Amino acid sequence: MELICPAGTPAAFREAVDAGADAVYCGFRDETNARNFPGLNFSREELREAIAYAHARGVETFVALNTFMRAGDEEIWYRAAADAVALGADALILADFGLMAHVAERYPEQRLHVSVQASASNPEAIGFLVEAFNAKRVVLPRTLTVADIARIGKRIPCEMEVFVFGGLCVMAEGRCSLSSYATGKSPNMNGVCSPASHVHYRKDGRDMVSELGDFTINRFPAGEAAGYPTLCKGRFDIADSHAYAFEDPVSLDAMGEIDALRAAGVSALKIEGRQRGKAYVADVVSTLRKALDATPAERERLLARMHGMSEGQKTTTGAYEKRWR
Amino acid sequence: MRIPTLYALPLDVMPVALIERAASLLFKRLLVTHPGLFDRLGEFRERRFVFAPVDLPLVFKVEPEKKALSVCRKPQDFEADARIEAPLFLLLALLEGRCDADALFFSRDLTVTGDMEAMLAMRNALDDSNIDLPRDLSRMTGPLAPLFARAGNSLRRRALGEETAAWN
Repeated sequence: MELICPAGTPAAFREAVDAGADAVYCGFRDETNARNFPGLNFSREELREAIAYAHARGVETFVALNTFMRAGDEEIWYRAAADAVALGADALILADFGLMAHVAERYPEQRLHVSVQASASNPEAIGFLVEAFNAKRVVLPRTLTVADIARIGKRIPCEMEVFVFGGLCVMAEGRCSLSSYATGKSPNMNGVCSPASHVHYRKDGRDMVSELGDFTINRFPAGEAAGYPTLCKGRFDIADSHAYAFEDPVSLDAMGEIDALRAAGVSALKIEGRQRGKAYVADVVSTLRKALDATPAERERLLARMHGMSEGQKTTTGAYEKRWR
Repeated sequence: MRIPTLYALPLDVMPVALIERAASLLFKRLLVTHPGLFDRLGEFRERRFVFAPVDLPLVFKVEPEKKALSVCRKPQDFEADARIEAPLFLLLALLEGRCDADALFFSRDLTVTGDMEAMLAMRNALDDSNIDLPRDLSRMTGPLAPLFARAGNSLRRRALGEETAAWN
């Protein structure tokens, strides 16, 4: 199985390549990708250099153009697709059907991957995207069990890529409106979940309080591991309980499932984290590369220290082993 | 690793102007070595960033647009747009991109307040910069550069642990 690794900067890109990535995914420095954070991502020239660096080492580059085009401003996404193709991207990761249609028509030789943001999670939807746009691979949502993935794999005519490590989105990606509700901006349209412009941290005594827009997301007492300020990982008063409504602050680690995922027909394992630093990218990619070739017992030992890098300093196998409550 | 209180004591009595002069020299050296250091800041170049080591009696303010660094002694403080607090060696590790800021935030080793867009832009600018403090700053010492670089590397290894310092 291929290891697909994240990069938010050229430095992180080189680390991912050097640490053993089979492919690195990244995006332009604008709203065309779902990690549109300040100071992150690539200029056209930086992407040109990154692709050359990767190709010289036998590594592929996937360019994420995985937000939804804004009516009237489609040219921003069309230009990004044209530039990514011209720069030599090995695949485009797309979510918007209109953009898929545009790429399939204008650049029929360009390899097209269906982004997790497209929320294609059943054989009929995936089959349609393959038939209509010649999609070669689908990135499956993090809401499916391994058994679901195996069932889907038997009925679709394209490769499957699944997330195995990093941030855990528990929603129907591409259709989640929690961030929009709180801030007016979303990963789907603006490329930002919980945009930094609306995030505030403040100290309250020894507690750290995280806020998103007008909402208090969490209050962390001294010593308690913290999480990202997203509504889906918020701790709220609900009836008589004070608890996490959707999911705890926790990251995905499904490396214990890789044998089952391989048996289910998965072609590629994806690491989340374009917003993370190069130290994280280097450490996680090299560790997961070793883990892929290790015995289950060695794998567990290798991955044990990854908890410390994870949201809430905890990891979970997410939906792969269970259904959501 | 935190700076032992005893080691930080001289900073309680040393003139702030002298500390600021020395820190500014090092800062300017980094800017010479990495002229594109703040390119990724974009519109956030004009923000004021405070770096407050929790184990030193000092506070540092960086103003990228002015290419200026200022120092004050606690409990005095600077007005700033964004502020980050952590032990000194972790702040330096972040400067070099040797630690992941999100991981330090999750573990509560690092605290950020103020303008988070500006702080994210600064984090990403530093992370992409390939700063190596022993290498970059030892060059100021002329023929003694190899000696200072070795000493700096050794200190970094002890402060951050063998594994982290060996990376890159």
